[in-house]
Amino acid sequence: MSDTVQGFSNVRRTRFWQRGFLASQSAYVLVALIGLIIIMSMLSPHFLTDGNVKNVVRNFSFVAIATLGITLVIITGGIDLSVGSSMALSATVCSLTMAGLNAAGFYPFPGSAFILSMGAGLGTALLIGLFNGFAVAKLKLAPFVTTLGTLSIVRGLTYVATQGRGAAPSGPDKELFITAMSGNLGGVPVGFIYLMILAAAMWVALNHTAWGRHVYAIGSNEAAGRLTGVNVDRVKIQVYMLCALAAGFNGIMVSGWLGSAPANLAMAYELTIIAAAVIGGANLAGGIGGAAGAIIGCVLIEVIRNGLVLARVDPYWQQTLVGCIIVVAVLVDRFRSLRNG
Amino acid sequence: MALLELEGVSKDFGAIRALSDVSFSIEPGQVVGLMGDNGAGKSTLVKIISGIYQPSTGIVKLDGAPAHIHSPGEARRLGIETVYQDLALADNLTAAANIFLGRELKYNFGPFRFLRQRAMNARAAELFAELKSETRADDLVRQMSGGQRQAVAIARTRLADAKLILMDEPTAAISVRQVAEVLNLIHRLKDAGIAVMLISHRMPDVFSCCDRVIVMRRGTKVADKPIANSSPEEVTALITGAREVA
Repeated sequence: MSDTVQGFSNVRRTRFWQRGFLASQSAYVLVALIGLIIIMSMLSPHFLTDGNVKNVVRNFSFVAIATLGITLVIITGGIDLSVGSSMALSATVCSLTMAGLNAAGFYPFPGSAFILSMGAGLGTALLIGLFNGFAVAKLKLAPFVTTLGTLSIVRGLTYVATQGRGAAPSGPDKELFITAMSGNLGGVPVGFIYLMILAAAMWVALNHTAWGRHVYAIGSNEAAGRLTGVNVDRVKIQVYMLCALAAGFNGIMVSGWLGSAPANLAMAYELTIIAAAVIGGANLAGGIGGAAGAIIGCVLIEVIRNGLVLARVDPYWQQTLVGCIIVVAVLVDRFRSLRNG
Repeated sequence: MALLELEGVSKDFGAIRALSDVSFSIEPGQVVGLMGDNGAGKSTLVKIISGIYQPSTGIVKLDGAPAHIHSPGEARRLGIETVYQDLALADNLTAAANIFLGRELKYNFGPFRFLRQRAMNARAAELFAELKSETRADDLVRQMSGGQRQAVAIARTRLADAKLILMDEPTAAISVRQVAEVLNLIHRLKDAGIAVMLISHRMPDVFSCCDRVIVMRRGTKVADKPIANSSPEEVTALITGAREVA
């Protein structure tokens, strides 16, 4: 790259590695992740076996879709603590609907119970998201407090709905449900395929649509968004709804894998999900983040968890290590932004 | 016919009367300086014209017809562009993305609408060339100097065919050379028949490029006269209250 653009006396063009993805925290963490994978595969012969890789892939898929969703919220400068609860309630409503339809004998065509119960579960998630988004965008409540409330409300509703016992899918579409949520397609866990499709859609939406621009703009300077005619409130409500929808879908996936939706499903997952988003480069101050980073963060956490198990390290170390990585990741990013100004 | 007319505009914030019975008009292509000390009501006046505030009483007329400018977007549709004092830029986006924020160029692909990034970058580069600014369309605003940021904020007003451009302290945070460029730009806007309202603390800016000066003090208009009939000393006296009326 030459700096001889006509008329530009002292404004040097930033190098390709100083801009875009390569300059982001996500890229640094990706390098660390690859290094970690190489070290793991040398330390443990079991790490790269087919079964273990599939296991890792399935496990991170269980939180990665929700991480995509919360990344959107974090980019706008918000936070959603209710994702874990949303996962549980959506899965519960989904299972209860399927069981209810079975009990009522309502089965007009093959697959109908599956479609209706998925619709009920995801619809529940959308309502939670609408509530969060409305409270944050229109009532101007602080996202942290609002969604802390929603976390409790939604978890409570999950217990109320099942008397704390949880729910299990049943009926003619049970097999279809379990296959669609936790089966394999061509040897690949379907959860991973859903994740890749949704991540690609999110990447396109963030980078190639006006909506994506507005999401980033709101996170960086909400007032500027309003002054330039961006419908800030609507975009905010949309990101909270998408976040809840992603969490709900992820919760339903987990219940498909477990074969039931216990009332304590995804308990405290919001912390893992937020940690994954932050490690992957989403900035809680807003304005920075992306689909790739969200997935990288989830993979890193899962690889560490898996590696510790394979290395027979006391599993109680896991949380400590994940916490250290969060701090190191933001620390590296801090040094980097100091250097680049 | 006057492009913009304010008739008896007042604005109250609770017990505070920020503007009291302000009337004036701006003709097409006229450059009007708006001066006054902090708290004189300049920003409130600008925010009423640019649609952020609604007047408590009084009428705003555009091209002779009463206009209700209820949002910044509405103001833009009516041909009023604003350079805000804090520039209103998202510094995690590129210059081009900021210029087109809220009115992105898109193409249809099936049911989806995607950004025309190249077209927007090219148009932004043209605008910077017009402004003679060393600013790249695809650089992030975060990495830019004060003058470059100013150029981005000004370039944004040149996107549509504006009839009136409000500039709130456009020379406050930039270098001497860049001040000269901004003032040149104002001359060029005037030549193109665009009216400019320049809010500034800097006497030389107002006296070098405005046709008229309006002085505000404590929410009221204390002077409105051609630059040729005034002097920096007189305006200073009016701003500070050493003189009551012109």
